[in-house]
Amino acid sequence: MSIPETVPTAGRSRARANGWAKSILRFLVIIVTTYLGLLAVTFFIGRVIPIDPVLAVLGDRAPAHVVERTRELMGFNKPLYEQFYIYVRDALTGNFGTSVLTTNPVMSDIRRVFPATLELATLGTIIGSLIGVPLGVLAAVKRGSIADQIVRVVGLVGYSVPIFWLALLSLLFFYAKLRWVAYPGRIDIVYEYSFTPITGLYLLDSLWQGQWDVFRDVFRHIILPAGLLGYFSLAYISRMTRSFMLNELGQEYIVAARAKGLSETRIIWGHALRNAAVPLVTVIALSYAGLLEGSVLTETVFAWPGLGLYITNSLQNADMNAVLGGTIVIGSVFIAINILSDLLYRTLDPRTRAR
Amino acid sequence: MSQSTLQTTPMTRRQWLMSDRPQSRLQARLGRAYMTWQRFSANKLAVAGLCIILLLILIAIFADVLAPHSPVIGNLGGARLLPPGSPGYLLGTDDQGRDILSRLLHGSRLTLLVIVLVAIIAAPIGLLVGAISGYAGGWVDAVLMRITDIFLAFPKLVLALAFVAAMGPGIQNAIIAIAITSWPPYARIARAETLSVRNSDYIAAVRLMGASPFRIVLRHVMPMCMSSLIVRVTLDMAGIILTAAGLGFLGLGAQPPLPEWGAMIASGRRFILDQWWVATMPGIAILIVSLGFNLLGDGLRDALDPRESGQ
Repeated sequence: MSIPETVPTAGRSRARANGWAKSILRFLVIIVTTYLGLLAVTFFIGRVIPIDPVLAVLGDRAPAHVVERTRELMGFNKPLYEQFYIYVRDALTGNFGTSVLTTNPVMSDIRRVFPATLELATLGTIIGSLIGVPLGVLAAVKRGSIADQIVRVVGLVGYSVPIFWLALLSLLFFYAKLRWVAYPGRIDIVYEYSFTPITGLYLLDSLWQGQWDVFRDVFRHIILPAGLLGYFSLAYISRMTRSFMLNELGQEYIVAARAKGLSETRIIWGHALRNAAVPLVTVIALSYAGLLEGSVLTETVFAWPGLGLYITNSLQNADMNAVLGGTIVIGSVFIAINILSDLLYRTLDPRTRAR
Repeated sequence: MSQSTLQTTPMTRRQWLMSDRPQSRLQARLGRAYMTWQRFSANKLAVAGLCIILLLILIAIFADVLAPHSPVIGNLGGARLLPPGSPGYLLGTDDQGRDILSRLLHGSRLTLLVIVLVAIIAAPIGLLVGAISGYAGGWVDAVLMRITDIFLAFPKLVLALAFVAAMGPGIQNAIIAIAITSWPPYARIARAETLSVRNSDYIAAVRLMGASPFRIVLRHVMPMCMSSLIVRVTLDMAGIILTAAGLGFLGLGAQPPLPEWGAMIASGRRFILDQWWVATMPGIAILIVSLGFNLLGDGLRDALDPRESGQ
């Protein structure tokens, strides 16, 4: 973010620069403390809670001198604050240790699996917003009608249903019975070796390379898990859209627009939704972060080779480095999205700008 | 109608409750409760939600009497994977010949245990942090709210996963993990409520009488936060049930042979193609209960907190 250069008067520009500097400083404090907090919690989980992490690695039958040497190698003989310092330094350079399960550095594993999760959550959010926003608008405009009730029930069920259960049932129905979608996984085994991804986002990669058959196959694999995630963000987005729209439709400028004789479509989509869009951006960003997390359970059901499946596989094999590395990455993305949406809100809504 | 006639004519019970001149504290409280109930019971969906939750509690209490079979010991010889509607097994049996209905009935106890314990642990922590933060102000407020915001910015499920992974799977650890990740919103609410009352006259009066800050927060600030807190806790219950079920599904919650609903779905996953009911039935139970909490929470919010209902 830079300070705008063309400002009318000098005194004003100094005041504004001061305001900018203050809010930038505030954001820096927020980012640093939040990230340190995340690292402190994962440090606590990984180093303090297990009664003896060395024992967890070696087992309880290792001779005493081996235990002693491993303790030294792992740095557990140092005082806790020094361990934490080393931990933070390693985490900032992306060094989360080595995965016991895959024997790779955790960071390179995560770099390999992350695009799959990113693709899934992004498509889910797109589906959720494209359907959720119009549904919410419809519910607000036809408040109290049958349509409003239906949208409400759809949202309520979305809030209440266990995602992994719905995933299992939809697999049973759409894959096993109807054969509309492909089996769990990301891509058919036929294409797995002939297709070379560039970014790791298979839909984009296959489009870019013009391989339509691959695109079709990838789409048949992704549509069910992404649709499910989309349903979950739809529940949240439609509910929030409805309440923002109701708020806007009660404002006086809507009455003024009606008095001017504007068409109802123009008033709803051009005026009311445009003003509701500002808080809506935050809602969509938050639901995106929620989907990154929600993908943990979905990926397990759909054998989707993303970060969620990586974490759960590591969990089952007591691979703490990988679990904590994954937690930190998801946590960082979460924090980043939170802060970005906050920033976006400030930029879009002139009332919240620093004066 | 003069005031004397109003006092001499015998009042109906309803008039006594609705009176705008309550004679005692009890009458005032009952009157308020009655009005809240009136608003609440006008919402049919909310009443349905309340019925679901009451039913859940009753089932949990009388699970031993209601369940036709043992929840853990099955009939391996003659009753493996029977479909729903088989004689004696209304919802069918699982791969170990256990009656699914009996397991669901007993599982309601685990669900209730998780909800109650998480609420008992998380809500007071949030309430205390929020009330202290809001009442004290200054740097105490800044530090406590920064910590709250840090926890708010964490992914809840993933953090609970890592926590359970470190402490070892089990229902107690799952409960602790969920409680630790769910207190921050309560702290935010309690702080907002505290800020709205801290400068009011009655707090000034109590302070003038020489009450200690501790007493003010505990006796005069916290009660004001209760209604919004109860609404929020009720609304969060559905999410807590889903998180607990998710942990159970991943094998990190209640351990076999305990009939935890999420773990039951996980064990039915292998047979989903041919014996769909093993995984389907527990999911329906989870859906109904968390739907019940969502409906109840919505209704409570509308009844207790008309500002928030978006009406």
